[in-house]
Amino acid sequence: MSLAMPKPDDAAMANLPALVEALRGVLPDENVIVEPRGLKPYECDALTAYRQPPLAVLLPETVGQVASILKTCDSLGIKVVPRGGGTSLSGGSFPLADGILLAMGKFNRVLEVDAENRCARVQPGVTNLAITKAVEHLGFYYAPDPSSQIACSIGGNVAENSGGVHCLKYGLTTNNLLGLEVVLIDGSVVHLGGKHLDTAGYDLMGILTGSEGLLGVVTEVTVRILPKPATARALLVGFPTVESAGEAVAKTIAAGIIPAGMEMMDKPAIHAAEAFCHAGYPLDVEALLIVELDGPPAEVDDLIERIGTLVKSCGAGSIRVSTSEAERANFWAGRKSAFPAVGRISPDYLCMDGTIPRRKLAEVLAGITAFSAKHGLRVANVFHAGDGNLHPLILYDANNPGELERAEAFGADILRLCVEVGGVLTGEHGVGIEKRDLMGTMFNETDLAHQERLKCAFDPNHRLNPGKVFPVLHRCAELGRLHVHRGQLPFPDLPRF
Amino acid sequence: MGSILKPRDAREVLDAVAWAVAEEHPLEVLGTGSKKGMGRPVQAEHALDLSGLSGITAYEPAELYMTALPGTPIAEIKAALAASGQELPFEPIDLSGLYGAGEGSIGGVFACNLSGPRRIKAGAARDHLLGFKAVSGRGEGFKSGGTVVKNVTGYDLSKLACGSFGTLACFTELSFKVLPAAEKTRTLLLYGLDDRAAVQALNRAGGSPHEVSGLAHLPAAAAARSAVGYVRDAGAAVTAIRLEGTPVSTTARLAALRAMFEGVRQEELHGRNSGALWAELRDVAALIAAPIVWRVSVAPTEGPPLVEALLRAGVALTGWFYDWSGGLVWLGLEGADPAAEAIRAALPGIGGHATLMRADAPLRTTLPVFQPEPAPLAALTARVKEAFDPKRILNPGRLYAGL
Repeated sequence: MSLAMPKPDDAAMANLPALVEALRGVLPDENVIVEPRGLKPYECDALTAYRQPPLAVLLPETVGQVASILKTCDSLGIKVVPRGGGTSLSGGSFPLADGILLAMGKFNRVLEVDAENRCARVQPGVTNLAITKAVEHLGFYYAPDPSSQIACSIGGNVAENSGGVHCLKYGLTTNNLLGLEVVLIDGSVVHLGGKHLDTAGYDLMGILTGSEGLLGVVTEVTVRILPKPATARALLVGFPTVESAGEAVAKTIAAGIIPAGMEMMDKPAIHAAEAFCHAGYPLDVEALLIVELDGPPAEVDDLIERIGTLVKSCGAGSIRVSTSEAERANFWAGRKSAFPAVGRISPDYLCMDGTIPRRKLAEVLAGITAFSAKHGLRVANVFHAGDGNLHPLILYDANNPGELERAEAFGADILRLCVEVGGVLTGEHGVGIEKRDLMGTMFNETDLAHQERLKCAFDPNHRLNPGKVFPVLHRCAELGRLHVHRGQLPFPDLPRF
Repeated sequence: MGSILKPRDAREVLDAVAWAVAEEHPLEVLGTGSKKGMGRPVQAEHALDLSGLSGITAYEPAELYMTALPGTPIAEIKAALAASGQELPFEPIDLSGLYGAGEGSIGGVFACNLSGPRRIKAGAARDHLLGFKAVSGRGEGFKSGGTVVKNVTGYDLSKLACGSFGTLACFTELSFKVLPAAEKTRTLLLYGLDDRAAVQALNRAGGSPHEVSGLAHLPAAAAARSAVGYVRDAGAAVTAIRLEGTPVSTTARLAALRAMFEGVRQEELHGRNSGALWAELRDVAALIAAPIVWRVSVAPTEGPPLVEALLRAGVALTGWFYDWSGGLVWLGLEGADPAAEAIRAALPGIGGHATLMRADAPLRTTLPVFQPEPAPLAALTARVKEAFDPKRILNPGRLYAGL
């Protein structure tokens, strides 16, 4: 494998029996897995190109157990990798040879639905979709909807700050949280936020969200739930060029319209999706746009008409408007199955996740086409067009020697291009191990050190999920050293009063 | 007497902070000084005045973001956005009425994370800061985030910077999300509801699919202080529900809400009156005469019980009103006793926080202005401060004593 993980610590691995012994009476025996056969199912997450059985898998059921495990591991020098649904595409819950995997699946209860205060209190192992299922009879839903929502856990959503197709209008996970209960590596339990808005003091909930399991282990989540929109309708629009589709997106937003979702697919993605699920997508177009509007029926009808006029002015060929829930679902079917559809035309694929300023779309797609020729690999593009989040799917065959490495080099080229045009490395999948070594394209060493010192404030011994996010593991003592340049105020002409 | 350092660009900010770190001279960090009255008074001989770093450096309406230097006046930002039909969705509070020192700068808005009535729908200031450049208390320049909305690359330091009151780093550039302003605004007023019934009504509206963007309640005494005739002359408590959107949508939703509250005496406010009322609510106009003002955030249903508990405990409230569906309680008191302990004791067991927004400097020195944190959290807060500002150079003591 081309991604190097820190060298396993033999001393820590030798402490496994001590850990098992210390946890006897804390965790039921069947919640401690150490046999190789039992570890096998946990050896990877959704970044399946990389596999590594953990030292052990621990399955806590209570906050007290999580606290005991973390405290014990910290003192024995054993690393801890938290895992929710195991659906990370960036290797966020990729196991470590010298670390335990803390599998949070037994924290699977919805603790409280508070309709009046529009929130739900859930355990971290509850799946994203299960939250909506638990509140929909009251007319509510949980807004962030990553495509893995059937399987991904809310704890993992918090760790990765997950998005989804509707985050243009409704925000990411971080914008939909009210409170967290978090266990720190020393075993202390902190409560951040609650059912009220805005946390007191530093916004540590905001920092925990998207911290990829490096700062603490979430044991309870309070989310905002929203009233289900009165209605939702979608437009399916074909364009003769990618540029004209991009122009339609920009014009929609410039007209003051923020749709609930705006998704774009390029020709290879359209053809793969159509062959897979026969959604009725037009095959004679270069780009397809799905625009969804939700809200009061009068508003949705009004906006559908406005957008219809607008896309025509951008050269749209075919325009279809959903007239029923079944038709709307059908429009989405192809987009939602884009990944498995691509999986059918290629033995393996890598899903990239850069975000770019929307106006750079044509330029970036042209660049991706050039990279495709350079690396000799096919690519299909799906794109959260509203917020500039691009998902190129790089097609490869892992059985052909060297092809994974070429696919990874292709992906790195794409992400570097995203950063070059003013975008970022990852919009919603996280850095994990996958994009760890590219962090330097976006941040210099001082930028990274300011992030790493925050890690030190939470976890000074680097026990939680080390080897993820940051390309180099720096010791906290080294990071904390202050370089002081003593002397005169170095610019004599600074205005002073 | 110390000096005021007034850098003209990011390089000079870096030099000034590096000097302060080397000499171990704490700095009071200021934009235009509009919020000096908030938080604990800073004990620093020197001030770092960032008003010289002013101006909008990038604005792409179709990309929904703006980049500006920290000292840029809010008024300038609002005007530029309005010219493109856009706005800051979180409705920054204008504290000029409370502190008498102007509306302030964009850096201060994010550093203090103060959001107005639309917070319930659009999110807080912290939800809109996409990225920034800053100089930390280590005297080092660094950046975080970017200019795009969807970004999970590295820790989300924007969240930490918002609400840190300049105690970790001072901004040298900020990029933030902006959105189209609504074409039309309507406000439904319900008259004569007591606090509990009003908050129940607000929660019903908030739980409906009618996409409300403001949910507030003014008890009769607070309503009588309004400059909007339909509110001031009601002779009763006034509950306000705001709707924004396209003309067709706003009209349809208003009709639906009116039907929902049939039987309650109603009125509707159109554009200008609506704007005036929500600006009053945002800027705490009803309590402008109170020498002591508290801002309390609780779960919406806990708002009225909190006020009842304070009245039962004999706390001499001179006025109060609710925003955020009942979850944001503004309290006014006479000057003699700020009742900090009573107010914090009345917070519900499920959580909440109280901030002393207005009091004279001696009171803000001796009382915890911000909600005290339990021990493990306070220890973590101290370690975060240590990570960014180990010598306690930036705004020492502004948030908590000793921090």
